[in-house]
Amino acid sequence: MPTKRHRVLDAADIDRALRRIAHEIVERERGVDDLVILGIPTRGVPLARRIAAAIAEIEGTDVPLGSLDVGLYRDDLDARPRVALGPTEIPVPLDGRRVVLVDDVLYTGRTIRAALDALADLGRPARVRLAVLVDRGHRELPIRPDHVGKNLPTAPTERVTVHLEEIDGEDAVYVEEPA
Amino acid sequence: MHDLLLVGGRVLTAEGMADVDVAVAGGRVVALGRELGPAREVLDCAGAWVGPGFVDVHTHAREPGGEWKEDLATVTAAAVAGGYTAILTMPNTDPPVDGAPTARYVLERGRAIGRCTVGVAGTVTLGRRGEALSHIDDLWDEGVRVFTDDGDVVADAEMLRRALAYIGDRGGVVAQHAVDATLARGAMHEGWVSARLGMRGIPAVAETTIVARDLLLVADTPCRYHVQHVAAAGCIELIARAKDRGLPVTAEVTPHHLTFDHTEVLAGTDPVFKMMPPLRTADDVTAVREALRSGIIDLVATDHAPHADHEKDVPFEEAPNGVIGLEWAAAAVNSAVGLDPERFFDRMSIAPARLAGFDEHGHRIAPGRPANLVVFDPTAEWVPSGTMSRSRNSPYLGRRLVGRVRWTIVDGTIRHEGAASRA
Amino acid sequence: MKSFLDSEQLDRPTLERLLDDADRFREVLERPIAKVPTLRGKTVATLFFEPSTRTRLSFERAAKALSADTMSFSPGTSSLSKGESLKDTVQTIAAMGADLLVVRHRSVGAPARVAAWTGLPVVNGGDGAHQHPTQGLLDALTIRRALGRVEGLRVAIVGDIAHSRVARSGVFTLATLGAQVVLVAPRTLLPVSVEGWPCEVTTDFDEVLETLDVVYLLRVQTERGGATVFPSVREYLRRYGMTRQRFARLGPDAVVLHPGPMNRGVEIEAAVADDPRALVLEQVTNGVAARMSVLYHLLGSPEHA
Repeated sequence: MPTKRHRVLDAADIDRALRRIAHEIVERERGVDDLVILGIPTRGVPLARRIAAAIAEIEGTDVPLGSLDVGLYRDDLDARPRVALGPTEIPVPLDGRRVVLVDDVLYTGRTIRAALDALADLGRPARVRLAVLVDRGHRELPIRPDHVGKNLPTAPTERVTVHLEEIDGEDAVYVEEPA
Repeated sequence: MHDLLLVGGRVLTAEGMADVDVAVAGGRVVALGRELGPAREVLDCAGAWVGPGFVDVHTHAREPGGEWKEDLATVTAAAVAGGYTAILTMPNTDPPVDGAPTARYVLERGRAIGRCTVGVAGTVTLGRRGEALSHIDDLWDEGVRVFTDDGDVVADAEMLRRALAYIGDRGGVVAQHAVDATLARGAMHEGWVSARLGMRGIPAVAETTIVARDLLLVADTPCRYHVQHVAAAGCIELIARAKDRGLPVTAEVTPHHLTFDHTEVLAGTDPVFKMMPPLRTADDVTAVREALRSGIIDLVATDHAPHADHEKDVPFEEAPNGVIGLEWAAAAVNSAVGLDPERFFDRMSIAPARLAGFDEHGHRIAPGRPANLVVFDPTAEWVPSGTMSRSRNSPYLGRRLVGRVRWTIVDGTIRHEGAASRA
Repeated sequence: MKSFLDSEQLDRPTLERLLDDADRFREVLERPIAKVPTLRGKTVATLFFEPSTRTRLSFERAAKALSADTMSFSPGTSSLSKGESLKDTVQTIAAMGADLLVVRHRSVGAPARVAAWTGLPVVNGGDGAHQHPTQGLLDALTIRRALGRVEGLRVAIVGDIAHSRVARSGVFTLATLGAQVVLVAPRTLLPVSVEGWPCEVTTDFDEVLETLDVVYLLRVQTERGGATVFPSVREYLRRYGMTRQRFARLGPDAVVLHPGPMNRGVEIEAAVADDPRALVLEQVTNGVAARMSVLYHLLGSPEHA
């Protein structure tokens, strides 16, 4: 299918956005005690790792880092092509912790709804916040991000794809529209 | 004015195959030749073989006692649809044909239906229990000439010996379901497919042990002896050797054992491929084809064995044995073996009629003979899609076959006309 | 994948995907709340026409850990004893609203027939001596988790191969994943032919013992009239049993598997059964995870939508 593709963020943009998010988190949380960063597979995981690294640079301490797969909590299992389940790795008990969830694109909010359900089965965090690289709008649930790399107004027909060095060999965010 | 005139076919005559017309009147063949004069009905036999109607010596009509599977009305409808003008029904009914009353019942029903000749085989032993001889003389007086416990083997050697002596004295035939029961507790041929499926097998030696033993008994106590449904190649050499020694031995093979091998069971374990003896290997199939061609195996018998859907539609190992076959037996044989017409009619009609004692059937076409005829097109392709039988357990349904019956004529009357016969 | 009927039908990518997801489900099973909502609203019916407690429990545990509802059927309490046909029985259960059937039956191919009759996804829970594909999967999972891989490992399956659905599923599953499989049994317990089986065969256990990474012991069915297929239990243990002496001759990383229930003192000596390198209980836990993976794939696949 022929598509038109625009690059909306390049490697430097992404790096700046993640560093800013790291600063925001440190500032907003007033330090990093009890903080846990959980990436949502697939691309939320390397993003979480980068944010954690940035926080470590800023604060000089390592924040516990893990991953939280939402595949088993989706409400649209029948409708989607099956994707392999991602890892769920919870580095420390979550009870009483402050959790930051990290994902690449926030769209309908359903993934985050699933992530909150998954989190509830894994423990009782004191607080959960959400960081995303791109917020493209079109929410279907009452969910909003706490930290956003880039707000990107899109049409529902468009596709937003995030490429990351660790997985795709480059850092970039594209918007594709059907030709 | 003739009743029927069969024009343009290749005809099995006393002198061999000949391109002649056949005139039928008053239930008999009255003339062979050209320009035979007017007839009430003219049948175009161009491209077809005209020969004696097929004769089946192994039909399970299921009547009395199994009418939900088949009865004499439906089985004779299937028979004439397949080109058969005579069938010999098996005695493993309920009650079994072990005395005059059941035999008379079957024969009278067959005559009353009047579609084709119906003969009946009698059991060798009372109730097919293998313990005491049936009422052989009473059965003989009803016209029974073939005796078999088919469905079960006559296992007891002493019992078989007595049967050979008694029936042999009358000139009758003992037909043996030659499968050793103790070796036949499985569900399919014992080989790589059964091993792969984890299914208990029935080795080929289940057949050969019985045939070998029986032939020794026949040599000792001469009697016409017939091996039913040969499936294992190993039987063939035993039968050939017995024939060489002049023993009065004949053998039959079924269409399905000429067509399919045990690999059919592998994909889907479909009970439509379950029968006794089981489908054996491709080598066995080749061997029985060759033996039918050479005449070591004398004839084709259908082992037409109807079972209702609800009986067959169960897991393979739990399904009853058997397939139906009257309607496409000739086509299946023609497709699988491709016999020349002389041999084809010998194996399908002449040899079986001789075995069963059907004097009015299985003769080369000649003036004066009863007009029990079939017109068979050996090149017509078709796919069986339905059946006259009450059951439909057949692997040939939905399968392309070559060779089709155009007309079946019994005592000078058309009893079946094929779909495209007057196109 | 519409149904999970036999191990021969599975290609390597499918098996690896099932194993990868089974690893995730192992993690779920270790959570404090060992349950996910994935199959909420789905109903899994376990139809065990042949008695089996452990396999049925394992499937029910797997279904419940995925939040599916379960129904179970066993012939003792059913109308099968009133002469109802298998087809009518399973169609009745399907009509009650089951989304997936797990079928165990003594007849080869019965689960495939059930799938054809009902149109529902069916998991073969063991059919005669034919196949037990979730066992093959859980065994591969156990080996992969214990040794890090299946590819290139030498695995012996020892015992009553002829009558074993575990062996048939094991051979094809492990060979598809790249293992070298060798069947070890007395002549009378080997199939009449292994034509088309991706494995070697030997009657001499000791000859291959030291080359093995995995020894898979099958249950010796003494109730099948063992005496008719081998001379005595004592002699079986001597030639084919996993004795302490044989265990000592295995490589230091080699592991021992058994599908259970074990006959201690017949195919496995008690001391070996209790060794940490005997992974019998690990197999049981992995069985739940492997079955979760199968249920997830069948009920979550697009063609089921």
